[in-house]
Amino acid sequence: MTVAVEEATLEVPAHEHDEHPRHKKLVIIAWSGELDKVWPQMILATTGAAMGMETTIFFTFWGLFSLVKNEKHITGDNWMQKMVAMMDRPGMEHLKLGKMNFVGAGPAMMKKLAKEHNVASPGELLQMAVDMGVKLVPCQMTMDLLGLKREDMIEGLGEPAGATAMLMESQDAITLFI
Amino acid sequence: MSMQIAKTLDLKGLSCPLPIVKTAQGIKEVASGELIEALATDPGSVADFNAWCKSTGNELVEQGEDGGVFRFVIRKK
Repeated sequence: MTVAVEEATLEVPAHEHDEHPRHKKLVIIAWSGELDKVWPQMILATTGAAMGMETTIFFTFWGLFSLVKNEKHITGDNWMQKMVAMMDRPGMEHLKLGKMNFVGAGPAMMKKLAKEHNVASPGELLQMAVDMGVKLVPCQMTMDLLGLKREDMIEGLGEPAGATAMLMESQDAITLFI
Repeated sequence: MSMQIAKTLDLKGLSCPLPIVKTAQGIKEVASGELIEALATDPGSVADFNAWCKSTGNELVEQGEDGGVFRFVIRKK
């Protein structure tokens, strides 16, 4: 007995590849709280939104510190959580560089260069992201771990979520871990 | 079809990702089928505008460079 195998048509017309991206969603897992990584988190999020992609940033571990209000010095309930905030002051305006930090001289220089070159700051980009409908999702577990409360953090955040919700979100999305 | 520009965006001096972000915001203010013109000085914007038009379905009807200023004319989808 012979089985007729239907000829597979794997070829997709070239224009379909060209005109439509396969992914219409972007998920950024913002893990780092270093200035030189938070910047690309914000650049890619605003660009994704500009490209019409449904964009979500999931803020976890040090990434959460960029969402703390700039005027907040110390966060946390117990001495260990407070120590962490003391050693690494949270807030978008207080981020350190991953390299060449030089006790704050590096970030100051970087911000000056950015201004001269008309590069938007991470804080400005975060505001644009909010305006463009990017979903900002804080990680509930890290909030508990670091003792961060909703009132410590900026306005415009979505409901805190966990790893499962994020992996569900990223199933049909480009997912970046920064 | 007329080639009248409905809106011009001056993006000169701006760096990535602002030319695209501001174009995405600016194109909302014109109707479907209308043309917007974007002027940028970021050399990366040539690749970015082509990619952005491809991904959003807006049509890049004209592009050129004059004295370091890149000009893109886009028809809104």
